[in-house]
Amino acid sequence: MNVKSSPHLAVQPTVAQVMRDVLLALIPGVAAYVLFFGPGVLLNLALAAASCLAFEAAALRLRGKPLRPFLGDLSALLTGALLALALPPGAPWWLVATGCFFAMVLGKHLFGGLGYNPFNPAMVGFVVLLISFPLEMTRWPGPQPLWDAATDALSSATPLDHVRTQLGLGRTLAEIGGDAPLGWLAGRGWEWVSLGYLAGGLWLLARRTIRWQIPAGVLGGLFLTALAFWAADGDRYASPPFHLLSGAAMLGAFFIATDPVTAATTPRGRLLYGLGIGVLTYAIRTWGNYPDAIAFAVLLLNICAPTIDRYTQPRVYGHRPRQEP
Amino acid sequence: MTMTPYAKIARDGLWNNNPGFVQLLGLCPLLATSSNVVNGLSLGLATLFVLTCSNAAVSAIRAYTRPEIRIPIYVMAIAALVTVVELFMNAYLHGLYEILGIFLPIITTNCVLIGRAEAFAAKNPLPRAAFDGLMMGLGFTLALATLGGLREVLAQGTLGSGAHLLLGEPFRGAHLTVIPEYRGLLLAALPPGAFIGLGLLVALKNSIDARLKARALQAQPIAQSSPQAI
Repeated sequence: MNVKSSPHLAVQPTVAQVMRDVLLALIPGVAAYVLFFGPGVLLNLALAAASCLAFEAAALRLRGKPLRPFLGDLSALLTGALLALALPPGAPWWLVATGCFFAMVLGKHLFGGLGYNPFNPAMVGFVVLLISFPLEMTRWPGPQPLWDAATDALSSATPLDHVRTQLGLGRTLAEIGGDAPLGWLAGRGWEWVSLGYLAGGLWLLARRTIRWQIPAGVLGGLFLTALAFWAADGDRYASPPFHLLSGAAMLGAFFIATDPVTAATTPRGRLLYGLGIGVLTYAIRTWGNYPDAIAFAVLLLNICAPTIDRYTQPRVYGHRPRQEP
Repeated sequence: MTMTPYAKIARDGLWNNNPGFVQLLGLCPLLATSSNVVNGLSLGLATLFVLTCSNAAVSAIRAYTRPEIRIPIYVMAIAALVTVVELFMNAYLHGLYEILGIFLPIITTNCVLIGRAEAFAAKNPLPRAAFDGLMMGLGFTLALATLGGLREVLAQGTLGSGAHLLLGEPFRGAHLTVIPEYRGLLLAALPPGAFIGLGLLVALKNSIDARLKARALQAQPIAQSSPQAI
């Protein structure tokens, strides 16, 4: 083996390598998605990827930037993939295209393109759609496993939505537990999709593509808040595992909140940023108007990221912390 | 002091120094009442009237206004005019009066009015001050109506819905359907839509200006534009 003498400098991965890793890490989650909910999500993925690339190319053209280096860095593809996974499978094509337009043009290129956008583009697109088209955005198909063709493709509420509605009707969680959309820990089918994202996320952690602080913060914040309320009143507040394995918690913790452009960058700052997302997600899920809240929580913490960074600068070795006058 | 030519006053008010798109003054009514063309146009016209009269009034009394208390005096003149407009609309355009609500009396505190009184009317003779008020008012109305139109098309797919509130009963239902069978982008009707829409319009204006400037530069002979070549 050919080992050079020190100093050893680590080669920074290129943007395209990071994006490719993240895209590959989505595979287990997407596979579980297809297995439990049918191939509809693949159509969304293809449509969103194509639209995002098209809008990115159009925006680059308008701004007079070269197409090849920016299209080749796969960031548009990743934005499209994350947006597609957040949309209900079988969403109408114009819904996907509108979301991609807002994500790429308003969320990204109006601010100056990759690296300059203060908000996560995929979440900007998602929130615009959620606010503008509530009907289409809440029409989710029920579980429709590939091995069980007999199940009919009726649309149904997502587990989070179902629990929320039924709690509002005055039922207790023990009674709701046996309902159709719920499985052994969280939503039927959904828990496996979440575990798929978890597996992909752990692979990203092992490869050091993402750092542990943000996912730990998001999941920890969500878990601890849910635990506190569940312990106080288990009939009215869903269990911590339910919250972790429902909705977009896993996808958000490992793939969305960890966006290197819009997240906090200092080690302590990342932990705080993650915790903020986790706690806010629980709060909006439980007392807000929308069933899931990862997108809102991520956007709100995106605003705070520069401030968090400013107050969590690590001490430089050999220097005293600056004395505030 | 040399007099500002009328042509420059007009250009400034309508385009170069447009209160809505360049000075970004009076954002509160601009964002709140621009949900459709008719609302935007109505509030724009009300502001236009008040601004023209208040500029004239401030200019007329400028020799007798002590500088220490000039702002309260301006505000009183403006408030009197706003009251006139409010009473008029309550009597003759009651439907519109109900819709515009608080944004009608709040014209009093619109920064465009104090701004023009302070920056122009207090230093210029009456005809010019009144003309400046008219042009600034037109510019503001233009901004309001454009933003209102943009948001109405995006949110409802129509233009000019509710025209009867401004023009009278014969015009009930006389709106243009721009996009038939439109699902509607709810975001455009909500407050964020106003901010995003205004941002896009400001960007559009800036890009038009940049293009015009580039063209003017191209048309200029090179020898004139680089005197240091000697």
